[in-house]
Amino acid sequence: MQIDLRTVAIEPLRLTFDHIARRLGPDRQPSRYQEGTLDIQPCDNLQYRPTWDPARQLYDPARTRIVMRDWYAFKDPRQYYYGAWTMARARQQEAVESSFALFESRDLGSLIPAETRHTALQLLLPLRHVAYAANLNNTAMCAYGYGTAVTQPCMFQAMDQLGIAQYLTQIGLLLGDSADLDDGRNRWLGDGRWQELRRLVENTLVQKDWFELLVAQNLVIDGLLYPLVYQQVIDKRLAAAGGVSLTVLTAFMNDWFSEAARWVDATIKTAAAESPANAALITAWIARWKQRASDALEPVAELALGESAASVMEHLNLALEARCARLGVPLAKEAA
Amino acid sequence: MDMKVKKKLALKEKFALMTRGLAWETSYEPMEAVYPQMAYEGLRIHNWDAWEDPFRMTMDAYWKYQAEKERKLYAIIDAFAQNNGHLGVTDARYINALKIFLSAVPMLEYNAHRGFARLGREMRGVGPQIACQMQAIDELRHAQTQIHSLSNYNRFYNGFHDWKHMSDRVWYLSVPKSFFEDACTCGPFEFIIAISFSFEYVLTNLVFMPFISGAAYNGDLGAMTFGFSAQSDEARHMTLGLEVIKFMLEQDPANLPIIQRWIDKWTWRGVRLLTIVAMLMDYMLPKRIMSWKEAWELYFEENGMALFNDLARYGIKLPDCTELIRKEKDHLSHQAWNAFYTAGMMTNFHTWIPTPEEMDWLASKYPDSFDQYYRPRFEHYRELEKAGKRFYNTSLPQLCQVCQIPMLFTEGDDPTQIAYRQVTHQGDKYHFCSDYCRDIFTHEPDKYVEAWLPAHQIFMGNCFNPGDDPSAAGFDPKKSVLDYWHIAFGRDNMDFEGSEDQKNFAAWRDQATRN
Repeated sequence: MQIDLRTVAIEPLRLTFDHIARRLGPDRQPSRYQEGTLDIQPCDNLQYRPTWDPARQLYDPARTRIVMRDWYAFKDPRQYYYGAWTMARARQQEAVESSFALFESRDLGSLIPAETRHTALQLLLPLRHVAYAANLNNTAMCAYGYGTAVTQPCMFQAMDQLGIAQYLTQIGLLLGDSADLDDGRNRWLGDGRWQELRRLVENTLVQKDWFELLVAQNLVIDGLLYPLVYQQVIDKRLAAAGGVSLTVLTAFMNDWFSEAARWVDATIKTAAAESPANAALITAWIARWKQRASDALEPVAELALGESAASVMEHLNLALEARCARLGVPLAKEAA
Repeated sequence: MDMKVKKKLALKEKFALMTRGLAWETSYEPMEAVYPQMAYEGLRIHNWDAWEDPFRMTMDAYWKYQAEKERKLYAIIDAFAQNNGHLGVTDARYINALKIFLSAVPMLEYNAHRGFARLGREMRGVGPQIACQMQAIDELRHAQTQIHSLSNYNRFYNGFHDWKHMSDRVWYLSVPKSFFEDACTCGPFEFIIAISFSFEYVLTNLVFMPFISGAAYNGDLGAMTFGFSAQSDEARHMTLGLEVIKFMLEQDPANLPIIQRWIDKWTWRGVRLLTIVAMLMDYMLPKRIMSWKEAWELYFEENGMALFNDLARYGIKLPDCTELIRKEKDHLSHQAWNAFYTAGMMTNFHTWIPTPEEMDWLASKYPDSFDQYYRPRFEHYRELEKAGKRFYNTSLPQLCQVCQIPMLFTEGDDPTQIAYRQVTHQGDKYHFCSDYCRDIFTHEPDKYVEAWLPAHQIFMGNCFNPGDDPSAAGFDPKKSVLDYWHIAFGRDNMDFEGSEDQKNFAAWRDQATRN
């Protein structure tokens, strides 16, 4: 049964701002995502040349070779504006916090066989640095990208990656101690198994085309790394080796990856659908980064998967290729 | 982060593992290529590890605290809208202050968002990187919460409807626009001095207090709430500003003259930007908090002085411009309101003559200037208005090349003489409102010749409504410029008296409070 509550109703003069109405029509009440996102980057009559990039404007679409008629064609399917994003992450954070508390209070770590625990530490701790680089890269995409519709989610992604780097640190301290963090860092810096990955990551840090960086980092590197580490190694291999409790520590990474992938996919798809030239560029970028990323990750995969690493990598490569094909950027098959 | 570890780590150590422990010296790419913006401003940083984190917040704690604040804020925004909270403000004139706020401030916040994102990437130390990244998302928060809060006002009142379009075009909005775009086009160190230190630390109270306390005093729960909700973010930003300056000064004595010049420049740029805030405090809030002069004395002359005394041990001096600001404080708000009142045809908000009681209040707050110089002017305007000849200035003002404010300021020692300065650079004459804006120009002329000055652009024919033909018979340049700005003639602009806002507010308040 409905209770008939009444408020004083005043007829509004208009429903939203004109720049929103020009896009959506005047008769629609926009969502908070739309009102907080559409057109809010300054774009006209920009003053002064950036001293750090005098050839371009402060906000300049030419910092990537991707060309869009309308940079607000990009949409975040999650509809994240600051409030929606931070509230979603706070809910996840609560779950992580209680998982960690449970893990610690029940001393679940002691039930994990030493070898499994060792493998987990060996694999996860150098990844703190990979996540940190992903944080820097996404921050750069936000700083140098064009149009709030695409720069805003890059900033959220950056902070998410910082959160992941910090969760990994926390996992290191739960399963081991600060000496293990140092050890992970040393392996990141010196262990041959990690060097191709480090070289790749450092190469991304000097990448100037922000959309290429988005492709390299968010589609290619993350697109191989997250399924490998969190799905294949933790959830399958290590879980089967007495490490089921590890899966609760890394649940965030899995949930986050599949959620963030929805945005990454929408972004790539929109850019590729814009023009054949965009699609060709993105395809070339994927080709440039994918083989390297796969080669760099294979020795890391071997840490946990041994001889089956190659076949797992092949499987992940195929999955990434299928994903790219769905997004309108199919990789050309090598001529037989 | 609430974490319990076997080996008890101190909070500071734990935080270090969560932040600076993540970084490494790259070897496959040179660090200079990874951080290409670190050298060109001439700042010398020898040891990034000496950075003291001004606050220690990990991402999970950030999400937790910020989400709590967001939940509360949006609940209040919704309740305010549902309840027609806008009808509870003291007087519909107040709403015009919000029009200025929406046209100017979210754009500033947005620029800060992007500027701090750049620093979050380009600063070489992880400590400042992460502090800048957090500020980058905070600033996005501020822009969005302001837009969301004021969206409801836009539904009922004029002048808000195309704030984004106007912020990139309308004459007086080039003042905040050029201020922030100036900062964003600077190197990372100058940006952080400009925004984190000069703006956030030294001047933030003078920006926030008039708007947010103004909202509180005038019954505007909506605007008040986002202000109070942003306050704890601002506290973090201010501590960053102070740490930044100390860090830079402690790194190398050669940094001092560079930083001193930036502080001088950005204190002056900031104070010029505050002109509109001064006017808002003294003329636009029906229920006043305090006068601009009192605010300046409290927040700058007392609190600011303490800060500069604290920095004296590094060799930092109070900017020279503070002497002129002290002299201007008796005049600033009156001169600005005079300019906006007379330019009332070209604004997206309404202007008016203060009531006799308000003039008495102004006289009591400005015993050395109001009755002598400004009351006669306003009374004259009032007489004209009574005679049906409300005065509108329809000519375009000369603008200062740096602050972009019309040349309306008077000489520090002679309030009857407009201050003019000029410089010839590569054969062209440039005009300035003051010695300090002139000095900023002469230090970096190549930057400031790029300024987009609205009055000049109008004269060059760059601000007519697309599609209008200036050579056509009957072309009305004023109408075409207003159309280019998307200012709806007779609805957004002109005097408050007789405006649609005034009539609607009265009718709606009646409807809401009577039977």
